[in-house]
Amino acid sequence: MKIGIPRGFLYYKYHVLWETFFEELGIDYIVSPKTNKDIIRKGTMQAIDEACLPSKIFMGHVDYLIPKCDYLFIPRIASLGTNKDIVCSKFQAIYDVVNNTYRDKNLKILYYSIDVENKDTELKAFLKMGKFLGKNKAQILKAYYIAKQAEKTAKMIDLNNQKLLLASSNLKILVVAHPYNINDEFIGKPLQDILHELDCEVILASIVDEKKARERAKNISRTLPWTFNKELVGAIDIYKDQVDGIILVSSFPCGPDSLVNEMVIRRFKEKPIISLVLDGQEGTAGLETRLESFVDIIKIQKEEKEEVTNGSI
Amino acid sequence: MAVSKVNFPRLGSYNVAVAHIITKGLDCEYVDAPPITKKTIELGAKYSPDFVCTPFKYQLGGYIEAIEAGADTLIQVGGACRLGYYGELHEQILKDLGYHVKFVNMANANFNKPLTFYEEFKKINPNMNVKKVAQATLLAIKMVEVIDKVEDFIRENVGFEVVEGSFQKLHEDFLDDLKDVSDKKELAIIYKLYMRKFKKLEVKKVKNPLKVGIIGEYYTIMDEYSNHYMEKELAKKGIIIERWMNISNTIFHNYAKEVKQSIKKYARFDMGATAMYTIKKAIDYAKEGCDGIIHVKSFGCTPEIDTMPVLQKISEDYKIPIIYFSFDTQTSDVGINTRIEAFYDMIMMRKEEKEK
Repeated sequence: MKIGIPRGFLYYKYHVLWETFFEELGIDYIVSPKTNKDIIRKGTMQAIDEACLPSKIFMGHVDYLIPKCDYLFIPRIASLGTNKDIVCSKFQAIYDVVNNTYRDKNLKILYYSIDVENKDTELKAFLKMGKFLGKNKAQILKAYYIAKQAEKTAKMIDLNNQKLLLASSNLKILVVAHPYNINDEFIGKPLQDILHELDCEVILASIVDEKKARERAKNISRTLPWTFNKELVGAIDIYKDQVDGIILVSSFPCGPDSLVNEMVIRRFKEKPIISLVLDGQEGTAGLETRLESFVDIIKIQKEEKEEVTNGSI
Repeated sequence: MAVSKVNFPRLGSYNVAVAHIITKGLDCEYVDAPPITKKTIELGAKYSPDFVCTPFKYQLGGYIEAIEAGADTLIQVGGACRLGYYGELHEQILKDLGYHVKFVNMANANFNKPLTFYEEFKKINPNMNVKKVAQATLLAIKMVEVIDKVEDFIRENVGFEVVEGSFQKLHEDFLDDLKDVSDKKELAIIYKLYMRKFKKLEVKKVKNPLKVGIIGEYYTIMDEYSNHYMEKELAKKGIIIERWMNISNTIFHNYAKEVKQSIKKYARFDMGATAMYTIKKAIDYAKEGCDGIIHVKSFGCTPEIDTMPVLQKISEDYKIPIIYFSFDTQTSDVGINTRIEAFYDMIMMRKEEKEK
């Protein structure tokens, strides 16, 4: 039995957990390749026109995997906490969206469903999925705990690498974006490349102590309901003193981001900040110009400040 | 202390009931926002983030107009989707615009701690009498149920009115009289009286008329300005309109569990916000023999977008045409009417074909 993991959405947040879990249980899997033109084309064809860009990309990855695996892996999340810790409804719906879109293909889907508000925790969800895979409780628990450990280690490595970047003398730009946007070859990678070419260090808001960030988000917005956005907004509060500027990156037309990024722009005044909406259209000339001018402004402001502190004015 | 002048975002005809809670329950003044016009939308769109869903823009425009009409206290209720975060951003935008108003945001309250709701209500009137608020709320709930029943009747019959505008005129009178109701008994009398009047209105029903079900996103489906008076347009063509989605059916009655069960064939999970109801009603209308289904939503409404692949399958399975409308502040009447026209022609031809 071979499981196909689409490289989209939750993959970027949970892939270490998933991959280790399957490996520990001796289950074969493949991950779809990095997003390419063909994947985008297929996804756009299958998805509803108005659907958000990452969901079209996700659909493209699903399309790629269908002939190559026995089971598609499409987990679902409804809530991650008991009080206002919801996720975008896309993550609640994606299982049924895929299932209906490809109904004629009679897909076999492997899933888990997390809904902490209704007492379906991650552990419970994985136990259920493990059982479906024909494993016994001891095997599943062992695999899950090893996977959790691997996840923790991977996060620590990411955090440490980011720490090194934060110590750099280059300009440091905090990029606030969902991992499935900023790490996608088509949506976020071009933006990261441009920033690197401008000699900036890219600090990712998604690499953060998530629990701490969820708490810190309250300093910026009190009623923010989406867990993933809380982590990003909290990261701003955590990293703000260590970076020179902040870029909020969203993909078209993201529901939660449309409100949250507007709120952040209105409330956060401590560092230069811009908000970008990426629509996945080809050509990065416009993006380059915007990023260049943003970086220029930061540089000028920084120089002025340094002159003041050096007493040259 | 001066009495608060309270506004609540307009939704369908329900403001009569909201006004009752505010005036009779909370002893405050109720400031109705002027009817939504193009200006409301322009105001809302101007100060809202570009690609936020349309109801946010309508409501922001409404708040501004209400403030200009004298409101000093605004209420936002929140909801299951993006709505849950409207309040805090509305408040921030109004503040940045320089408006000094009290903003009561139910998203500040916590369902696990009922007392937090009381705390929010107290912002409207610190000296409120809880018993009075409770009584007024109970009557307001009954009012909403009556409004919904009356409007169901209108949707079924208005397409066949003999005197153009007769239903609308009577509906306006009904809402007007509803404002003065102060207890359950009076409400029952008004309800009976108007139902009798509605039934007396002259209608000329054709044999076997076209029937269309409307499904979709909560706000856009209930706010006639947002959906460009779609129901009225359909009625002009002599169509019976079915629309299950209203406040009584979704808030006062909780059908979630049975709905979830009944749509298992199409959706294993709850797909968020009102997605389950959209799917359930599409199936119901198809089974009931409606001639077509109209799906409405504001542009970018994720839960409703996600129902669309499901609706396409329902359309296939039951061989029922479904047309999809997505509204934003740029939507033009002409575009909508052309599509409704085409849809009407299509379902009409199908019906004639079938009857042969």
